[in-house]
Amino acid sequence: MDFAQPITWVFTSLALVIAYTGFRVVTSGNLIHSALALVFSLAGTAGLFLLLSAEFVAWVLVLVYMGAVMVLFLFGIMITKAPVGYDAELDNEHKGPALVAAVSVFVLMSWSTILAFDGQEMSSLGVPTATEDLADALLGRFVLPFEIVSFVLLAALVGGITLARKDNSPAEEEMS
Amino acid sequence: MPIVPVLILAAFLFSMGIYGLLARRNAVMVLLAVELMLNAVNINLVAFEAMWLDSMASGQIFSIFIITVAAAEVGIGLAIVLMIFRNSHSANLDDFATMKG
Amino acid sequence: MNSLLFALTAEAEHGSEITAGGPLQEWAWLILVAPFVASVAIIFRGKTMKHQGAEIAVAMMSFVFGYGLLLWIDTIRNKVVYEHSVAIGNLGDSWVLEWGWVVDGLSSMMYFVVGSVGLLVFIYAVSYMKGEIRYTFFFSSLSLFVGAMLVLVAAPNLAQLIVGWELVGLASYLLISHYWEKKENSSAGMKAFLVNKVADVGLLIGTFMLAVGVGSLRFSDILHGAQEHAEGLLVPIGNSNVAVVGALLLFFGAMGKSAQFPLHIWLPDAMAGPTPVSALMHAATMVTAGIYLMARMFPLYQTIAVDARSIMLWVGVLTLFLTGLIALVQTDLKKVLAYSTVSQLGYMMTAVAAGGYTAGVFHLFTHAFFKALLFLAAGSVIHGVHSNEMTDMGGLRKYMPRTYATFMIGSLALVGIFPLAGFWSKDEILGTLGHGGYTMFLWVAIAGAFVTAFYMTRAVALTFFGKYKGHGHPHESDNMMTVPLMVLAGFSIVAGLTNMPGFLIGDRVVGRYTGFSRWLGTRALAMGDHHPEALEWSLAIYGAIAGVLGIVLGWMIFGKDKETQETRDSFSIPGLYPVLTVKYYFDDVALGIVGFIKGPLANAVDWVNTWVIDRIVNTVGFGTKAFGKIVYDNFDQKGIDLAINATAVGSGAAGGMLRKLQTGKIQQYAGALVAGAVALVIGFSIFN
Repeated sequence: MDFAQPITWVFTSLALVIAYTGFRVVTSGNLIHSALALVFSLAGTAGLFLLLSAEFVAWVLVLVYMGAVMVLFLFGIMITKAPVGYDAELDNEHKGPALVAAVSVFVLMSWSTILAFDGQEMSSLGVPTATEDLADALLGRFVLPFEIVSFVLLAALVGGITLARKDNSPAEEEMS
Repeated sequence: MPIVPVLILAAFLFSMGIYGLLARRNAVMVLLAVELMLNAVNINLVAFEAMWLDSMASGQIFSIFIITVAAAEVGIGLAIVLMIFRNSHSANLDDFATMKG
Repeated sequence: MNSLLFALTAEAEHGSEITAGGPLQEWAWLILVAPFVASVAIIFRGKTMKHQGAEIAVAMMSFVFGYGLLLWIDTIRNKVVYEHSVAIGNLGDSWVLEWGWVVDGLSSMMYFVVGSVGLLVFIYAVSYMKGEIRYTFFFSSLSLFVGAMLVLVAAPNLAQLIVGWELVGLASYLLISHYWEKKENSSAGMKAFLVNKVADVGLLIGTFMLAVGVGSLRFSDILHGAQEHAEGLLVPIGNSNVAVVGALLLFFGAMGKSAQFPLHIWLPDAMAGPTPVSALMHAATMVTAGIYLMARMFPLYQTIAVDARSIMLWVGVLTLFLTGLIALVQTDLKKVLAYSTVSQLGYMMTAVAAGGYTAGVFHLFTHAFFKALLFLAAGSVIHGVHSNEMTDMGGLRKYMPRTYATFMIGSLALVGIFPLAGFWSKDEILGTLGHGGYTMFLWVAIAGAFVTAFYMTRAVALTFFGKYKGHGHPHESDNMMTVPLMVLAGFSIVAGLTNMPGFLIGDRVVGRYTGFSRWLGTRALAMGDHHPEALEWSLAIYGAIAGVLGIVLGWMIFGKDKETQETRDSFSIPGLYPVLTVKYYFDDVALGIVGFIKGPLANAVDWVNTWVIDRIVNTVGFGTKAFGKIVYDNFDQKGIDLAINATAVGSGAAGGMLRKLQTGKIQQYAGALVAGAVALVIGFSIFN
């Protein structure tokens, strides 16, 4: 980490934002705070992507993730009438083992990362990846996953509607 | 810039996600933790793409796919949580040990 | 003398050559196959058709008749001798099974007989069997019979002949037992089948002996071997040789099928079948199969198996006379005709045994027509009166004129009145007997003619003259039944003309035989037929006198007393009558043999079975059971079961422990996932 270069400073600030807000997602006592912390975490990630010359992915993240998914989350929180406020207990009784698991995973991953990639540099970060190249790849080499993912979305759409609508079956009518 | 810090950041987020997955009581919060983990994976992918500059930008493509699938998954997951909530009026995961034994 | 006789037969007369036949003969297999196809088609499609399958049968029969007629005419005109065999398989290493067909004088004549009589009987049966049960199956079986008979007479080798023989027996069984709802009808079918089966043993063994002697199953090979005195046929057995014994065994087989004494007992009982069946099978065609076999094998009997002929002659003459006597005391009209058939078959066999190839076959030819006619007419009578018994008939000539006329013609032909067919054929037989010097047999044959006339007159008188004694309303039958009668009557009149002899005036022969003997001689081998060269006046007159005497005597006894008919009904030949009514106890002997097998013999076998064999089996059984118990108690219960139970309990315990992992809590599952992933990663990094 060469702190002489501005990129390092930019990265460090972004990283701190992302890390802190990520931490707040899982330790916050308030459900709405958790969700909002995730929003900020995602925003920081988008900035990081811009830094890493992945423009398109960054804006996709903003649009899809932050714009749609998080809104969906907030809807879900509202509909399930989650306990808002600080009096609800949001952690269950397995905090200890969970912490152990998380820490061990972190240690494992960083240790193997350092072992493998220590000293390697990301070379050309100045030039953002051209969207045309992404488009060519998406509809060229990756056209099959593209189509399959569209099916997945269709399935999710249909499934979501089926699952979430009110049950109008006669059995339900009789029972209710 | 060196790649290792980026990867360590991603590892940190990932382990945060694991903690949230295992330790949170509310179902929606567990889903939030899952989102965090997916986000960590995306960072990893984009970083490696920046390092190796694949001719087809496959790292970024892959992260686009992950974002898409994560969106779909969140939709379904929330629908399921909604149904569970409708049936039992509680989103507490500890109450749903009906598959015990 | 012999050479003159030879000269008159076969092809030497004209010095003309035998031709080989052409497309007409090559396609002759159609008449063998068509009846079987028709039989199957009737079964499948018959019930839905307008006449329930009878159309298919009559159409097939018309085809067979037409083609058979063409074949016969072609054989006559072009002297065709055609034989074609197709190898269909192998028996072991050196025997080839063949299927084929023969078209020569003998076979084509049989095709004509089967075709013509068959067609007329089929047409008759369409009306006769109307309303009867199993109408469609009847026609299917009848078609099967026709096919089997044609296969039999078309056979170029003994194997195919046996196949046809057995199939004909099967068809006979099916048709005799047509009304099997009554036990005696199905028993009659069984009796026919079993008696034939006994005779078939002889046929089979005879076939094997002759075939092994010559090395081939083909008729042409066996007969050639006979003529050339082949070594294989002269292998000595006891006092005679293979050829004689084989020939005798073949004759034994023929005895069964052609109802020679004492294997004749099935034929009268076979009258339980419907009348068309009796007419076609048990008068004209099936029963003549034995005669046909003898005729086909004639060179064998003429050359090296001459010794067999004396036995054949005795059997034939006994049949002829004794069964004719039984016909005198029958009250069932069909049974009279049945015994008459047996008697006439005896005539045919006598002729063949005496060396009269033409005589025997010619009598077969004419007899087919007038006996079928008599049976069909009897059927018409039975149809009108609804009873078989002559005690329920009488005076029917007023009610059924056409039937009466045709029955009379048939009876006169049978008795042998000039110029109907029977006269010529019976005279031929008498001539053969005379020529061969068999004087005693000749006189028995003439006596037989007398008896024939006697019983036929009795039958005619009891049925058609006098007063009607039954209770129904007799009526003439419809055209479909009477027209065949008239056609057959026509045949009965003219059939004799095919073999009219020349006339011996002084020392010269004026005129010549018309063609029948020539036609019959059109076959692959010279026959050496003992054929009289002209009409034997003396024998003809004796035969005629015997016939007329019989008619006169019969009329005197049975034709009188038209009003009360007491005399005729009570007339019985003193002394002979009781013996005749019990049919010489032959049926009882047969039953006795069967009873012995069923009774004491079976009981003896049963005793051995129960006390000896069963004892051994039971001991072995008990021993095994005890041993098994020991094994079970020690090994099974204490050893193996223990091990298995332990395994089961262990599995249950393990399962119980593992069950505790299933808490139902999602986050614990997720935790397990993470732990597992971590473990895997550590593992990989350590071991890599």
